Amino acid sequence: MKRLHLPRTLAAGVALLAAIVLAVLIIPLLSPYDPTAEDISSMLQPPSFVHPFGTDQLGRDLLVRVAAAGRVDLALMVGVELLPFIIGTAAGLIAGYYGGWPNRIITLLSDALIAFPFYLLVAVVAFVTGTGVTGIFLTFLIMGWIIFARTVKGATASLAGEEWVESARVMGFSDTSILLRQMLPNVFSQAVIVLVSDMVALLVAIVTLGYLGLGVTPPTPDWGTMIADGQSFLATRWWVSTLPGTAVVLVGIALALIGDGLNDARRQV
Amino acid sequence: MLLVLVLVTIGVFLIVRLVPGDPAQMVLGLKARPEQIADMHHRLGLDQSIGKQFTSFIGTLLATGDTGQSIAYNVSSRALVLSRLPVSLWLIGCSAVLVVAISLPLAMTAALHKGGWVDQLVRIVPTITLGMPEFWVGLVFVLLFAVTLKIFPVGGTQPGIDGMLYSMALPSLTIALAQTPFIVRSLRTRILEVLGADFVVTLRAAHLPERVIRRHVLRNALLPALQLYGMKISFLVGGTLVVEQVFGLKGVGSLLFSAITVRDFPLIQAIAIYCALGVVLISIIVEIAGGLIDYRVRGGLGGEARHQEAGGVA
Repeated sequence: MKRLHLPRTLAAGVALLAAIVLAVLIIPLLSPYDPTAEDISSMLQPPSFVHPFGTDQLGRDLLVRVAAAGRVDLALMVGVELLPFIIGTAAGLIAGYYGGWPNRIITLLSDALIAFPFYLLVAVVAFVTGTGVTGIFLTFLIMGWIIFARTVKGATASLAGEEWVESARVMGFSDTSILLRQMLPNVFSQAVIVLVSDMVALLVAIVTLGYLGLGVTPPTPDWGTMIADGQSFLATRWWVSTLPGTAVVLVGIALALIGDGLNDARRQV
Repeated sequence: MLLVLVLVTIGVFLIVRLVPGDPAQMVLGLKARPEQIADMHHRLGLDQSIGKQFTSFIGTLLATGDTGQSIAYNVSSRALVLSRLPVSLWLIGCSAVLVVAISLPLAMTAALHKGGWVDQLVRIVPTITLGMPEFWVGLVFVLLFAVTLKIFPVGGTQPGIDGMLYSMALPSLTIALAQTPFIVRSLRTRILEVLGADFVVTLRAAHLPERVIRRHVLRNALLPALQLYGMKISFLVGGTLVVEQVFGLKGVGSLLFSAITVRDFPLIQAIAIYCALGVVLISIIVEIAGGLIDYRVRGGLGGEARHQEAGGVA
């Protein structure tokens, strides 16, 4: 058997993501500063040896804050995506395999939801639940499953027409067992690729909500609120907004590379 | 599409009733006296039965296009939304034009010189920009072009059409850049497909000038791209809501987020309904534009013919 070589993009992406996760975990442990401790005597200082990323308007060390916010946002990104991923994959399997009315309902719902501007939905949900993590969870529960359902539905439907599925049915395998044992492993890799690229979009959304004041609520550090904090000093204190933003972009690049790499790896098989 | 409007309308009606606690209490605060709350109930129509509330809500909406007085501004919500609409429409319009102006030449060059540097660029750049929040890109643009280079204004709008275009430059570029990667990608794939079609070979064999061939290829590739663009309209509108906030533009987006902080729900209802209406209207415009490009759609053949290979009919 030919040895599969790991796509370079995948390796680079995993390395970058690992580096970010490691940095986010370690920096708060090693840093002498507390991410929420205010120090009025060292307000808005530019990057230096003492404060490699500078300080913000309340004199908080930005390096440790960017790392602490990374912990919050990355954990949220993974946690929020889990349920939509499971629900969407299940819905896609069912709709793709059975067709008929489950298929019609999913198509209808996803068409209607996709036409609704995401940030408008977020705003309306935030109105109901108040700002904070609950709103983010709820919005993504409503919106997030669609993309998985669509992908899995398409993949399942094209598999369901194949002969081996028919023969499995004739041999007396139940639908549940065909779905879980045969279909799921076949469509799972595609769902995971979508998951990776969707996580980028989710992180961007979490950060945007923070920026709008509808997401993670202070004093919990979050990249979005940090960028919003810096907006009023943008002209003279560039580091307050740009550095947390760069962290978001780096995570985005890492995940995009992983997504591309997984895609390439799938095509090799 | 109509279904979207119906769902949104029912949704926004229910939302207010779903809010835990009393909307009137929420608006007036905890210190409100009972008679004030009763008065607010009466004003908002909350003292009636749900069925009656729903029929009167739909009735006013259909008759006047309104969802009631804004609580914070004390004027009709419809009037408020309409007064903020021009800025948002300017922004959406400029962004849409920029998307096309950026995507078309890029996709065309990338497809015609497959593997060339533009093609490579078009493949690599989205990897980087995918993880860039629109609002952050906006801030970086302000930092670069407004604060440092002083080419464009930091924010707000200026009078006159030229002033408007001038103030829209940075915000619409921000929105457009978030949209282009998808459009360029699909347009490039589509152009490559069309370039391989029989009619292009025929045109080439007839020694037609390359310029003419390109026009035919583009025309054939444009329709699917436009349909994809139509599907992304809600992203364009969503992006507008957020980017307005970055540039301090007094559009519907800034109205929305201020309405949330003061919990002005008639206003939120109006914005949600008008945004959904906007998405539906723009989608219809895109559909019509598609018909102008492709005569098969215009001729009512539509459906089946649209999905067939585009070769040879330009």
